[in-house]
Amino acid sequence: MKNSAFTATLLATTLLTGSAVMAADVTLTIESWRNDDLTLWQEKIIPAFEANNPGIKVVFAPSAPAEYNAVLNSKLDAGSAGDLITCRPFDASLGLYDDGKLANLADLDAMANFSDVAKSAWTTDDGSGNFCVPMASVIHGFIYNKDAFAELGIAVPETEAEFFAALETIKADGSYIPMSMGTNDQWEAATMGYNNIGPNYWKGEEGRLALIAGDQKLTDAAWVAPYEQLAKWGAYMGDGFEAQTYPDSQNLFTLGRAAIYPAGSWEISGFNGLVDFEMGAFNPPVQNSGDECYISDHTDIAIGMNAATEHAAEARVFLEWVGSEEFANIYANALPGFFSLSSFDVPMDDPLAQEFVSWRGKCSSTIRSTYQILSRGTPNLENDTWNASAQVIKGEETPAAAGERLQSGLASWYAPHQ
Amino acid sequence: MAKRQAIRWHIAVFLAPAVLVYTAVMIYPLFNTMRLALFAEIDHQRVYVGLRNFSTLFGQAVWSDAFWNALGNNFWFFLIHMLVQNPIGIALAAILSHKRLRFAAFYRSAIFIPAILSFVIVGFAWKLILSPIWGIAPSMLDAVGLKSLFAPWLGKEEYALTTLALISVWQFVGIPMMLIYAALLQIPEEVLEAGECDGITGMSAFWKIKLPLILPSIGIISVLTFVGNFNAFDLIYSAQGALAGPNFSTDILGTFMYRTFFGFQLQLGDPHMGSAIATAMFAIILIGVCIYLFGIQTRMRRYQF
Repeated sequence: MKNSAFTATLLATTLLTGSAVMAADVTLTIESWRNDDLTLWQEKIIPAFEANNPGIKVVFAPSAPAEYNAVLNSKLDAGSAGDLITCRPFDASLGLYDDGKLANLADLDAMANFSDVAKSAWTTDDGSGNFCVPMASVIHGFIYNKDAFAELGIAVPETEAEFFAALETIKADGSYIPMSMGTNDQWEAATMGYNNIGPNYWKGEEGRLALIAGDQKLTDAAWVAPYEQLAKWGAYMGDGFEAQTYPDSQNLFTLGRAAIYPAGSWEISGFNGLVDFEMGAFNPPVQNSGDECYISDHTDIAIGMNAATEHAAEARVFLEWVGSEEFANIYANALPGFFSLSSFDVPMDDPLAQEFVSWRGKCSSTIRSTYQILSRGTPNLENDTWNASAQVIKGEETPAAAGERLQSGLASWYAPHQ
Repeated sequence: MAKRQAIRWHIAVFLAPAVLVYTAVMIYPLFNTMRLALFAEIDHQRVYVGLRNFSTLFGQAVWSDAFWNALGNNFWFFLIHMLVQNPIGIALAAILSHKRLRFAAFYRSAIFIPAILSFVIVGFAWKLILSPIWGIAPSMLDAVGLKSLFAPWLGKEEYALTTLALISVWQFVGIPMMLIYAALLQIPEEVLEAGECDGITGMSAFWKIKLPLILPSIGIISVLTFVGNFNAFDLIYSAQGALAGPNFSTDILGTFMYRTFFGFQLQLGDPHMGSAIATAMFAIILIGVCIYLFGIQTRMRRYQF
């Protein structure tokens, strides 16, 4: 089934290219790592664009995610890369821009449809250049088993105290694992742990930017507090969580054996097909009732223009369209969990995705603290954060010691912290 | 007077294919890696920096701590193989070569099969077996009343490396077994019969006659184990990922080199530093092999039958 669909799309690509050449239209090729989205582009996005832009044909030509960066770099060096380039966030794309491989798009009208945070992953350090049009972000929070919560009479927690009270109730009852997460693969501890709950403590963008500027340190209370929370998580995770992998955690939750899953919104489409209970989601609990809440709304994917393209004018038309409301609607609904970064109010059908995106209204958005600038040196702050988060959850390192270690690592190469 | 010998072109011609292929895929990459270790990328330019990468690797705590940790882990990995894999391999070979053992061919194949499996399959299968959630290890221990002995071994800093080393032993125990088995079959009957006449039978025949005769094979196996272990990477990578968790307790030179060379997550790859590590690995293996070749093998007694 899958195979025949793939063959069909391959055929479709050939036909598309063929007809484009015959009609002497301009053909734009998109480089991407999202090979999962091939049919979505073929069937929904590209036809919608072509309908309004006669004379421009678009071909979506993805490669495998793990190979994308290497393949793209060699294609760009050889001059055979497509006209449009899907952009990884931060340094990978910034490197291409600095090498003159990506064009500056700061003067694109559509850029006005995005906030500075949305554009931050594809902006130069001094803010002068914008080189990719943001497409989608992923939001962090907690997905929970609604049936389990109803069964145990737990209300959705809004504060830290309620959160741990809920975990305690689930643990005492014993029929569910309170929280489905493991530390074997390490990244969940940092991504779904530290950077999920952290923004509430360092006050989102305020703290993140102060850390980059060197005004705050990782040893400050705001940056150690999330570790103090994580240190309490271990008691509520399943037996042997030290060896529990990411797929293990997903399966435990979707099989209904765990009540709460620290999540990223990208799980939504996968989980929808697997669970036979109702899922809900809540944003990271705040310290005290009434505190302002912050969420990690992480910029993940964008699209830019090959500086060497022969069809710059047509490529810009396409990029303007990517920044439009129409594109945002199509993309967000076809891939629930990948949210539009634009300022438009995008209606979505998926209830869980709606829940996630509704937090943007009540909370302030930020991105993962380690992604911009701070992970350029050795030791790498992001990798160290994985390690520290996992160590703290296992109780093998104290929160204060973890903060100390990360700070000294960062200060060893990052001038604003020296 | 004898005619001057003609140049024997056929030697060069017959050697050429092997020499060319070996040069292209082994010798050239090896020397190019060493050359790459002497450069660094500064402002998008490749610049010759001499031995600076090595002084960084051994001089800066960030790098040297990781390096010594990886090297120490590598030695532990090797030690487990030497202490567990090779003695078990020898014992299995001795048992298999016993004439009255039935189904010897079956056992031989069964024990050897894991050695031909892919690392990915082995890593994944053992991860599942040992999984505290779905694994059969906890329930098997439970069945014999030893559930309390179970721990999430792969997730504990103190056990993870030993567990992985034992998994690797399980996978490769067939190789020393086969080599020793072949060596044991080479021992002529007459020697053993002569021993029997002198009253050396059973276990003492093994210790006093067979073992001394297979010592050269044991030496070769030790070298193969050493080289294999110090080049190891696949099993750790497939079971624990490139960060070699928990807390780098399973990080060996191979995973350290991989992370540095190709980059990982937000860490961008640094081929020059990676080459420096690869060169250090090469030096360690070279020294180890030289110690064996010149220190041990030349002193080993060989017997001709």
